[in-house]
Amino acid sequence: MTQAVYCIRNLLLPVIASGLILLSGCSTSPEKSENETPAQYSVDSIVRDDVTYAIDIYDPWEGFNRGMYHFNAAFDRYIFLPVVKAYTYVTPNVVEDSVSNIFSNLFEINNLVNSILQLKPTATLETTERFLINSTVGLAGIFDVASKWGIYEHDEDFGQTLGHYGVGEGPYIVLPIAGPSNLRDTTGLITDSLIFTEIDILNLDDHNKRKAAFYLLNAIDRRHRTGFRYYDSGSPFEYELIRLMYTEKRKLDIAR
Amino acid sequence: MKRYAIISFALLFSSLCWADNSYDYPIDNPLAATVIGTPKAYTAELPNNIPRSDMKVVVFPDREMKKIISRKELHYTLVRQKHAAPLVFSIAGTGASHRSAKMQLLEKAFYKAGMHVVSLPSPTYSNFIITASASQVPGHIVQDSADLYQLMELIKEQISDNVDVTEFYITGYSLGGAQAAFVAKLDEERKIFNFKKVLMINPPVSLFNSVSILDRMLEENIPGGANNFNAFFEDLMKDFTKVYAELENLDFNDDFLYRIYEYEKEDINYSRVAATIGTSFRISSSNMIFTSDVLTNGGYILPKNYELQKTTSTTDYFKVASRISFTDYFNERFYPFFSKLTPGTTPESLKHDTSLKSISDYLRSTEKIAVVHNEDDIILAPGEIDFFRDTFQSRAHIYPKGGHCGNMAYKDNVDYMINYFTN
Repeated sequence: MTQAVYCIRNLLLPVIASGLILLSGCSTSPEKSENETPAQYSVDSIVRDDVTYAIDIYDPWEGFNRGMYHFNAAFDRYIFLPVVKAYTYVTPNVVEDSVSNIFSNLFEINNLVNSILQLKPTATLETTERFLINSTVGLAGIFDVASKWGIYEHDEDFGQTLGHYGVGEGPYIVLPIAGPSNLRDTTGLITDSLIFTEIDILNLDDHNKRKAAFYLLNAIDRRHRTGFRYYDSGSPFEYELIRLMYTEKRKLDIAR
Repeated sequence: MKRYAIISFALLFSSLCWADNSYDYPIDNPLAATVIGTPKAYTAELPNNIPRSDMKVVVFPDREMKKIISRKELHYTLVRQKHAAPLVFSIAGTGASHRSAKMQLLEKAFYKAGMHVVSLPSPTYSNFIITASASQVPGHIVQDSADLYQLMELIKEQISDNVDVTEFYITGYSLGGAQAAFVAKLDEERKIFNFKKVLMINPPVSLFNSVSILDRMLEENIPGGANNFNAFFEDLMKDFTKVYAELENLDFNDDFLYRIYEYEKEDINYSRVAATIGTSFRISSSNMIFTSDVLTNGGYILPKNYELQKTTSTTDYFKVASRISFTDYFNERFYPFFSKLTPGTTPESLKHDTSLKSISDYLRSTEKIAVVHNEDDIILAPGEIDFFRDTFQSRAHIYPKGGHCGNMAYKDNVDYMINYFTN
């Protein structure tokens, strides 16, 4: 998730800006038609104020978020997935795996910083080991040797660090391209991005073209690794089901 | 409790029968098997990369679309052999798309066996209801099968230039298995495909009985009833969090649930597993009911003549839809709709017409149809498994365990399916 922010900032701003302009034009409030009649099971007769519903997630910007969700789906369909398809077409599977491994290895930096911030000794130690092993024996991260040796990745980010210290989720947010998030996790994304650029292990700040290529390839690799397809659930409630799943998954990650 | 007693008795009995013909699918509890499926180490070896094409076809070109639903194409998958070969149509289970995990499993198995495969979504899946259902009120197996037939004719035409087909087969799992039989029967009159072989995988006998069982799994296993669902959900997530934190390198991959099962084995609360299956079914049926309601302007959940916008919240409608059981839908929407179409229809006749019992003579006398099932399938009412034994005789292949479709990917099962079509 962290990496998405870089690609947004560096490459996709124009696309997003135009998307936002489009959206602000089509965010509408419900229109009541003249001959509308109440449903057999009306919301008023079933939904009660004194009942807590699992599906309810704090989402004060829902209209905007739903618009963004549809925008992301269209972006995915017409731009992102075709690019990913072209990438997998020209790249042998072995190379694709190596690319994923290299990125995972570089972003161990964020795992490490956040393991330290959360005072998790095992995660800190193992993440350090992983980075050292994979950068050397794993030939600059091309091979994930550490996992084969039984030292597994500890996925930690600044959103989890905030959650670990009791910061609540805040409003749900659907980010452009990156998708489901909330105020806490978006803050985390930006912080992680700043940490990564501050450390700047690849010295990208001095090479703008290289930097753009790095984040673009990273975005493509991540999309390639994600099986999710918009509207595939076939559920008219996909938006709220994804919102619930995202929120629960983050709770699990934070508790770990 | 009674049902569990019957299931465990059936299990005990079947394990005696199979004593010298061992079947090593590893999960003994039918509820757990249904949820977990087949652990990786026990799955059949199948090719990972097969030539899959995403295909689409327009069934009703003039159909008017809604603001929130604008796509007219039905999506399906084609897996093509380079040489002349039989083509098998495969139909997904309740609420599932042509891309569901089980459909992909069947694609790999049949591709390995040298056949072309066409994977179709379930007529209860929203894209099908929107683009390929004539009535847009799904669940009537005879109607849905006629819709499938029409769709298959279009697909046959669409691919005829690129795919060299020697003969046609048809299969499906769960509800799709029952539909495969109805489609085959329809083909006896229309003779477009002249199916040489039909395989039903874990079909229900009576659609109505099976959905009632699934409805009850939810209703009877949430302590304090539907209004307390959130407390149940929070409890479940709390326990889940505990296991997730304790198990190292537990990721949301293939064996995620099996690892939890192995870890928790002695302490599993099966009433909770049943509630989870019930919840999953309820979400599928809510999806179906709401989609149909929006399309037909039925005024069931959505106010009549109200058009949803893309940015309008549907969360409250979800809350309402998730309170409606399939039995409610049957009595309040389904039965009134079909009794209007065919005067003289009673609730009982409708239940009979949507059951395999209504075509039992055909099933009994048609040698080309076989069924593969599990003794402990949770969607069957007590005794219903015997319907398959009586009707299909030697054409019924019944495994001692596996729950509902849990063992589909298991080695023996895949071998059986492949052998059935290739021999």
